[in-house]
Amino acid sequence: MHMVIELTKYLMILMVGAYTYHAFRASVKKNKVSRDISYRWMTWFLFMLHFTGYFTMYIQLKNTKLLLLYAGEALVFLLVLFAYKFIYPGLSGLLLRNMLMLLSIGYIILTRLSFDKAVRQFYISAVALGIGLLVPMLFQRFAKIRNYGWIYGIVGVFLLVLVLLIGTENFGATSWITVFGLFTIHPTEFVKPLFVFCVASLFSKGADIKRVCAVTAIAGATVLSLVLQKDLGAALIFFVTYIFMLYGATKKPLYLIIGLWGGTVASWVAYKLFDHVKVRVMAWRNPFGYIDKEGYQISQSLFAMGTGGWFGMGLYQGLPTTIPVVDSDFIFSAISEELGGLFALCLILLYINCFIIIINVSLKTKDSFYRLLSLGFAVMLGFQVFLSIGGVIKFIPSTGVTLPFISSGGSSIVATIVMFMVMQGIYSEGKMPLLAGENHDKQVEQ
Amino acid sequence: MINRLNNDNNDNRKAEEKAILSIIYIFIGLFVLMMGYFTYFLFVKSDEVVNSTYNLRHDVLAKRVIRGNILSADGIVLAETLTDDEGNEIRSYPYGDMYAHVVGRVMRGRTGIEEVENITLLTSYSRSANAMYNDLIGIKNPGNNVVTTLNHKLNKVAYDALGDYRGAVVAIEPRTGKILALVSKPSYDPNDIEENWDKLTEDKDRESPLLNRASQGLYPPGSTFKVLTALAYIRSNPYYQDYSYRCDGRTEYEGMTIRCSGNKRHGKVDLTEAFAKSCNTAFSTIGKELQIDELRSLSESFFFNQSLPARISNNSSSFLLRVGESGTKEAMQTAIGQGRTLITPLHNAMIAAAVANDGLMMKPYVIDRIESAGGRVLKGYIPEEAATVMTSKEADYLKKLMRSVVTDGTASMLSKSEYKVAGKTGTAEQEGKDSHAWFIGFAPVNDPKIAISVIVENIGSGSEYALPIADKVFSAYFD
Repeated sequence: MHMVIELTKYLMILMVGAYTYHAFRASVKKNKVSRDISYRWMTWFLFMLHFTGYFTMYIQLKNTKLLLLYAGEALVFLLVLFAYKFIYPGLSGLLLRNMLMLLSIGYIILTRLSFDKAVRQFYISAVALGIGLLVPMLFQRFAKIRNYGWIYGIVGVFLLVLVLLIGTENFGATSWITVFGLFTIHPTEFVKPLFVFCVASLFSKGADIKRVCAVTAIAGATVLSLVLQKDLGAALIFFVTYIFMLYGATKKPLYLIIGLWGGTVASWVAYKLFDHVKVRVMAWRNPFGYIDKEGYQISQSLFAMGTGGWFGMGLYQGLPTTIPVVDSDFIFSAISEELGGLFALCLILLYINCFIIIINVSLKTKDSFYRLLSLGFAVMLGFQVFLSIGGVIKFIPSTGVTLPFISSGGSSIVATIVMFMVMQGIYSEGKMPLLAGENHDKQVEQ
Repeated sequence: MINRLNNDNNDNRKAEEKAILSIIYIFIGLFVLMMGYFTYFLFVKSDEVVNSTYNLRHDVLAKRVIRGNILSADGIVLAETLTDDEGNEIRSYPYGDMYAHVVGRVMRGRTGIEEVENITLLTSYSRSANAMYNDLIGIKNPGNNVVTTLNHKLNKVAYDALGDYRGAVVAIEPRTGKILALVSKPSYDPNDIEENWDKLTEDKDRESPLLNRASQGLYPPGSTFKVLTALAYIRSNPYYQDYSYRCDGRTEYEGMTIRCSGNKRHGKVDLTEAFAKSCNTAFSTIGKELQIDELRSLSESFFFNQSLPARISNNSSSFLLRVGESGTKEAMQTAIGQGRTLITPLHNAMIAAAVANDGLMMKPYVIDRIESAGGRVLKGYIPEEAATVMTSKEADYLKKLMRSVVTDGTASMLSKSEYKVAGKTGTAEQEGKDSHAWFIGFAPVNDPKIAISVIVENIGSGSEYALPIADKVFSAYFD
């Protein structure tokens, strides 16, 4: 038994390493044949890793429910790979597989941490993947979608203000809405794609000084309502996304410099003004000095990663549940503790890979709306990952941000899948213009 | 016209491309920095972090590694883990209760070195293919060993010399701060801690066997405190050489009487004689003349009222004499080590060692190095200075005073020994009980190799009970 756990531990590191290698190989290969070879390997490692993870857990728990969950997830992966490929032959196979890989890592570690949350995560993501199937099509069919910038912005701000009025508090931030007393949603997550749509749409029509001021006003309102919710991590993500989109639209480095400088000043003011910011900084600078309270979470996270080391303890062999909120903001430490530091490094590389694939569209496309859209999504994803992991490993103060596709949380999963699917819409349109009504498209519809 | 438009378009494309590329570089840079920090954390920082006693994961590691040994400086095993035929592990302490306080225990709460170096003992350095194979098939690898500064012979002698008394012995190498011996009595056998736990915690006879008296027992210093009183006196009186006092065996102040031991009249004494004969009337009179805050700041510079600069857990000694709060009576008592002052034997050994080391106080430590199971040194601890607590001239003078205690004073029992001892006896009076017997000192006086602090509780005078124990330890050391 011990031997199996040890072996599968090393095996999983090898598999995620091989997957990562092929992901980067596929993103640089121009030749379709050799890219397809990498894709095949990636599919193989995706399923093998997923299987090995559940196998390791099953031999320890001997719980049949685990097998059902595994089978359900594997089936969804298969369906997604077939259905998406069939309906959208032009989509990015790389981005699709990366999304599934991240989801699969999330499923494994969530199952290990809390079976119930893993099941919930599975249901929500399965539904989201189903709906996601329509996203590229809708996105392409309704060309006018690019014209409603103001509406997106105003709806976004409205949603955030609504949360302020009727929201429930959780982890010190008022960011959740309880729907019919049944479940809670986190509207900020849905405002994320909406916000990128808003800014991309408005700036795609031009970026003269008048327009810059107007868009900055609506971005400012969005960020401000997040600050009022005390959700500083999200406020930071929106702020940074906006600054980089502004730079991408105007191509003037001055905006970037002023923006980042202004952000630094604002952070300093927030530090001086808000106690909850001071506490975070205090816990970051000396977690062990305040280990009983403020520094408890980050200390536990460092213990987890330090004890796990490069190769990890193996699934169910560590104590990740001693870290508060481990299934959401601090899930990276659980991965590092049980699956190993090398696995965790590969995970970071996979996010970098996704970042590059997405932002690559803005380099290639001639459509300024698409260009800004993909730039915005890339920056949003990249910066969120940076905040989340950086905070967990004590590189920067913790801001309480979730890890896309992996952290438990339905709203986040749905919104991130939608963002990725919009990107797939752009991809498949570029390669195979559905709108133009090519033969292939018609065949599918018949 | 069309050409110009194309050019404009091209320029625009280029600017766009440049902006997007720079964003890519910025983000890749951020990620690389973050991955670098993560790598640095795992390679460098994690050892220290993992070692924290707050880390609950120590027990998880225990399932993978056979806890390492704790050894004396001369290579004798003080703690080891034995595995019986059925694979059960037992932590064994071959010397029973002799090292219980300093080495500590793992059952019923970890203490001592077992606590401080827990993760070291549970970490296996072995990096061979064999070790990896063992890991794979579930055979435990041997953990790292902790080599202490303790000298087994000295500990045994001190342990035997204390006999059935309650008390403690601490011996330090003055130049380095290495703890050579540390014994506290009564003790307990960590091998039988589970069976005896209830009895030990109930502690019917109020003997506190679990308490490490050496570093945590707080006692009135008695006349050993006169070392500091003498130092305060020579600092505030440039003509201390001319000091003269007429001792009648007793002195009175506002209804309080201070007597010399056995009401003995010492007659006319200078400072050296007063110190050698431990003249209470002379020193309490000095206490009356000294400024209270002078003695307080001197004491605090010797680490009273704060945690000791020692790499071993300890209680803080307390010096409570304070301007405005304390009257002359208390000042007189404090000067002869009565009053409300409390000190640990370890702290008193540090004071003796500081005098021996020309005024430079070293941080006492008990862990010399960490070795892999194969004997490879993984980490060595080097001596650290705590503070220069007096000038070498002051130290020389105190050495002379302390030597006179042996040649012409209360420790004359040792005047004929080959190694030249210097020291100070103390008899800390207890209300309604026998006194605590103290001795602090070092030898040889010209080139001190060992400093010692001995206390025996509720027994009688320092010369009679503490001094012989110190003598046995010195003899063993110089044998």
